[in-house]
Amino acid sequence: MKAMKLTGWRRENGRVGVRNHVVILPLDDLSNAACEAVANNVKGTLAIPHAYGRLQFGEDLELHFRTLIGTGANPNVAAVVVIGIEPSWTGRVVDGIRETGKPAEGFWIEQNGDFNTIANASRKAKEFLQWASELKREEIAVSDLWISTKCGESDTTTGLASCPTVGNMYDKLIPQGIYGVFGETSEITGGEHLARKRAISPEIGEKWYAMWKAYQEEVIEAHKTDDLSDSQPTKGNILGGLTTIEEKALGNLEKIGHECRFIDVLQPAETPSQGPGLYYMDTSSAAAECVTLMAAGGYVVHTFPTGQGNVIGNPIVPVIKISGNPRTVRTMSEHIDLDVSGILRREMTIGEAGDGLIAMIERTVNGRLTAAEALGHREFVMTKLYRSA
Amino acid sequence: MTIPQLLVHDPEDNVGVVVIEGLRAGTDMLCVVTRDDSSFRLAAIEDVPIGHKIALRDLKPGDTAIKYGEDIGRIVAAVAKGGHVHTHNLKTKRW
Repeated sequence: MKAMKLTGWRRENGRVGVRNHVVILPLDDLSNAACEAVANNVKGTLAIPHAYGRLQFGEDLELHFRTLIGTGANPNVAAVVVIGIEPSWTGRVVDGIRETGKPAEGFWIEQNGDFNTIANASRKAKEFLQWASELKREEIAVSDLWISTKCGESDTTTGLASCPTVGNMYDKLIPQGIYGVFGETSEITGGEHLARKRAISPEIGEKWYAMWKAYQEEVIEAHKTDDLSDSQPTKGNILGGLTTIEEKALGNLEKIGHECRFIDVLQPAETPSQGPGLYYMDTSSAAAECVTLMAAGGYVVHTFPTGQGNVIGNPIVPVIKISGNPRTVRTMSEHIDLDVSGILRREMTIGEAGDGLIAMIERTVNGRLTAAEALGHREFVMTKLYRSA
Repeated sequence: MTIPQLLVHDPEDNVGVVVIEGLRAGTDMLCVVTRDDSSFRLAAIEDVPIGHKIALRDLKPGDTAIKYGEDIGRIVAAVAKGGHVHTHNLKTKRW
C-alpha cells in the first residue's frame, strides 16, 4: 500500500473536511421552501430539506437537534444558514453549530414572512459562500480522516467481495489512526455473538449487547405485526440470493475486517469521544437514515458496499459505492465507483481490493466527485423514534 | 486459475454461492473454498441465478444450513446435492 497524499479544509475546531459546502439548513418542514429559495438565489449553496421538526419531544426531539447540529457541525460544511419557523429552536441549532467556531446564522419566518426571511438569509448565504470560496485546501494526515461504512441492497456477493474490501481497508487504516464506524442494529441479528466478540473489552461488548437486545425488545417485539421476513432481508436482498437475516448479518459483518475492535457504542448521530478507532453506532439499516446519522456524528467519507445496486448519496458526505456483483457493475455502471467483481473470478485478492478502495478514498478526499455526487444523490433522512405530540 | 462457478466461504459450509451469470443445470462447476483456496467439482442440477445458493450435499428438513461456518437458518424442504437453496427451502430461525 502506497502512502496517501491527502488534502482537505482544516476547520476552526481542528477537524478536517474533504468538501466545502455552505448549507442552508431548515429547522423544520415548514422552512424547507425558504431554504430552497435561498439556495436558488445563491448558486453553490446547498439546501437540505427534510420532513420533521414540529411537536417532537423527549428523546426523539434530542435526536432531531443532534442530527441537525451534527450536520451543520460536520467539517465538510464551511458555514451554515439556519431557517426555522420561530427563533427559539432556530437559535438552539445555530448555537450548537457555532460551538465548532464556524460561521452560522439563524433566520425565522414568523412576523417576517417568507419574502423578508429569504431576502435576509440570501444576503448572509452569499457572504458565507464567497468567504468559503477563498478557503484553501491544505495537506492533511491519514489520521485526520473519519470514514464510515454501511452497505445496501446487499446480496451474497457483498459478503464475498465488497464488504470484505471495506473490512480490509479498516484493518489497514484503523492502525494509522483514523476514526471508523459501522452500525445497522437490526441487521446484526444472526451475527450478534460475533459482533459482541469484536468489542475492545467485555464491558464494551456488554454495552453493545444491551443496545442490540433493547432494540429487539423495544422496537421489533413492540411493533411487529407478523415478523420481519418481509423487510429483513429486503425484497432486493432476496432477488440477489440472500435468504435469511442470519446470512445477511454474516455478510454485513465482513465490513469490519478481522483485526480491528470497536472501542465504544454510540447513540444515533453521537460524535465519538474516545479517540481514534472503530465505533459502533446504533442505527437503522435503511441506507439514507444510517448515512445521515453517521454524517451527523462527524464522519466525512462514506464507504458503501452494494450487491444489487443501491443508489444512495448524501448532501454533505461523499458516498463511495463498491460492488462485486458483475451484473450490477455492468447494468448500473454509472453508480459504481469501485468494481471488485474480480474477487469472484479469483483474479483479485481481498487485499488488492482493499488497496483499490484506499486509492479511491484518496482520490475522493482530494476532490474526485463520487458517482452519487455526480448524479445528484442527496438523500437526507432524519431518524424518527416515535410519532410527534 | 480458471474462473470458478461456485464460491464457498468455509470448509464447514454445506451451501455455496453461484458467482457467474446464466448457470445452467448439468454444469460441472469448479467450486473454490475462499478460506483455504481448496477446490472441488460439483454438478448443478438446476438453473440457478448469480448470487443464489447451491447445496453441497443432500439436505433434509430440520438440517441447519451452514455458511461462513455459521448457522444461517433451517432447511424446511428437502434439497438434493447440486440443487437451489433459497426461500422455498430455507427459513430463518429468528423471526
